[in-house]
Amino acid sequence: MSVKTLMINGQMVSASEDQTLLDVLRENGIELPTLCHLDGLTPIGACRLCLVELAGSNKLHPACMTRITEGMEVTTHSERLVKYRRMILELLFAERNHFCSICVINGQCDLQQMGYDVGMDHVRFEYQCPAVEVDASHERFIMDHNRCVLCTRCVRVCHEMEGAHTRDVMGRGGSSRIITDLNQLWGKSGSCTGCGKCVQVCPTGALFEKGRSAAEVVKQRDFLVYIKTAREKHLWIQ
Amino acid sequence: MQQIVIDPVTRIEGHAKISIQLDDAGQVADCRFHVTEFRGFEKFCEGRSFREMPAITARICGICPVSHLLASAKTGDALLAVEIPEAAVRLRRIMHFGQLIQSHALSFFHLSSPDLLLGFDSDPNERNVMGLIAAHPELTRSGIRLRRFGQEVIQILGSRKIHSGWGVPGGVKTPLSAEGREAILGMIPEAMQIAIRTMDLYKHTLDRFHEEARFFGSFPSLFMGMVTPSGGLEHYDGKLRIIDATGALVADQLEPARYQDYIGEAVETWSYLKSPYYKPIGYPGGMYRVGPLARLNVATHCGTPLADAELAEFRQLGRPVVLSSFHYHYARLIEILFCLEKMTELLEHPDILDENVRAIARRNRFEAVGALEAPRGTLFHHYKVRDGGLVTWVNMVIATGQNNLPMNRAILQIARHYVKGDTLPEGMLNRVESGIRAFDPCLSCSTHAQGRIPLQIELYGADGRLCDRVERP
Ligand code: SF4
Ligand code: SF4
Ligand code: FES
Repeated sequence: MSVKTLMINGQMVSASEDQTLLDVLRENGIELPTLCHLDGLTPIGACRLCLVELAGSNKLHPACMTRITEGMEVTTHSERLVKYRRMILELLFAERNHFCSICVINGQCDLQQMGYDVGMDHVRFEYQCPAVEVDASHERFIMDHNRCVLCTRCVRVCHEMEGAHTRDVMGRGGSSRIITDLNQLWGKSGSCTGCGKCVQVCPTGALFEKGRSAAEVVKQRDFLVYIKTAREKHLWIQ
Repeated sequence: MQQIVIDPVTRIEGHAKISIQLDDAGQVADCRFHVTEFRGFEKFCEGRSFREMPAITARICGICPVSHLLASAKTGDALLAVEIPEAAVRLRRIMHFGQLIQSHALSFFHLSSPDLLLGFDSDPNERNVMGLIAAHPELTRSGIRLRRFGQEVIQILGSRKIHSGWGVPGGVKTPLSAEGREAILGMIPEAMQIAIRTMDLYKHTLDRFHEEARFFGSFPSLFMGMVTPSGGLEHYDGKLRIIDATGALVADQLEPARYQDYIGEAVETWSYLKSPYYKPIGYPGGMYRVGPLARLNVATHCGTPLADAELAEFRQLGRPVVLSSFHYHYARLIEILFCLEKMTELLEHPDILDENVRAIARRNRFEAVGALEAPRGTLFHHYKVRDGGLVTWVNMVIATGQNNLPMNRAILQIARHYVKGDTLPEGMLNRVESGIRAFDPCLSCSTHAQGRIPLQIELYGADGRLCDRVERP
């Protein structure tokens, strides 16, 4: 595998060509907020939080989807980028109903943490306060659409890892919803195996195990990379 | 017909407005205590899991979050249909005592002491906490320390001062640590000293308030409060007892879960505060008082030495029942002593550090009630849930609401005594407010609303013309 050299924030860096820009940034200790990205799942570039500037391009590029090239010049924290990132987060908070202080995942939430990280002390957009359902029909899990940011991690893990494809996205724009099967109650789903992978990968309090009260949810995500590596390297059929 | 509206009621939590009706002769005909904002907390809860309710409802009130937290957790216990571990019950009790102490200390020292210790007719510009610090620095400091003690107990147990989500259906989240136990035990002697000293001071000044005691809402009514199986003072998990103004038992060992059988809630157009009454007697005759005064009136004993000695003295104020709402203040001080004594007892229990503090169970019922004695009186939470534990209906009966009718009575009585004609002397104004403050109403929580609205006094002539208007800064 060939090695490429690129400039990140004026600093010369080398990396192997199969890496995404996000991987390289992280390797070099440059932190970017990410929501839709999760190691082990196919990247989709949906949340736009990891946007960076590339010299010679007017567009902004999601680091999670960008392959590195020789001589690439990357800026990760320009004024514009910092402003946009905060704006994106504010829009996510304004879109549905987030009350962190009473939320099951308060203190362990990726979204909340990102809000802190970018210094989001208030939201400048009008809260939409939509009337949104909570689906508690499943034996063991709850889907609270109030807290969903439509990152589709749950959809991808269900399809790519579990192979069930129980979850999908319905609708457009602000009325998009994560659904189970053909928009049935989760508890009525014929395809859900109850594996709970979606619950673990969800970055927010949208998916959680029943029986949890405020601030009691902690997610386990290590399994993803482990399963993926094992599968790719055929670790269990030797 | 003239109408005087007193607005704002300063130094009570939340907000309210008072209107006093004068008849043609300039005599007080009627009084109304309006509560005018409503945020519909019950609506906010619908669709959420009952497991989130303790944390949600703890946000109704900034003064007694723990009362809502625990009432909600108890409702959750009942939905699970489990008996929670004994250690969890003890820990919840300790936290609740911490809550009672901090709330009572706030009411007594911060809100009422300026009137009680500086005098009702003292300069209104100095009759506040700052004035109190100048006149009684030591006492004011003790008040702050006592309140902080209560808060620290809550913090040690729940790892957060307010809005702790520590109480959960089935028990509590974390056991008490050995250091936590030592820390609380270490603070109790000072708190006890403050409580005893304040009690002595208060009893010595009591003579000065003869008139207030007679006119600050001294009237016959029913009293309701929780009692232990033997009729003792109880705050966390008892059955209800109701007595009348002669001390006769009206009902005893009532199951709080069946509150709807015996408590009716009247709704008046002029207030968002519901007016609960004792059903068998009807509305408004079934008016009853709750809170510290009611609890001491219904209980046959406290069950701890210091509090019992004080209770015996307290009873001298009115036999067989202390009728004056002015003595809510006194009752609060006795309860503080009781809480401190009980807390010590609980902390010395050999199993207090037990780590088994949570029963794990699933929802086994669709409807449940949880009740306890909050600082201001009996608090009921009542939820209905559907499959999955999502709340479909919530009713909360709150102490200040239950004291609504008595507060109206108290204001009427004070107004009749002090209001003559269409002038509004400062002393009268303040007494009307103090009459309400004796009940320590927490208006933000009783309408489940938050925030303050400015209030003023308005005086209307017989023809509906505004004759006079006083506004408080
Ligand atoms: S999901 Fe995260 S951001 Fe949303 S309310 Fe819960 S803690 Fe806050
Ligand atoms: S449920 Fe969670 S994982 Fe699924 S899309 Fe919503 S936020 Fe993402
Ligand atoms: S993490 Fe790159 S777009 Fe979401």
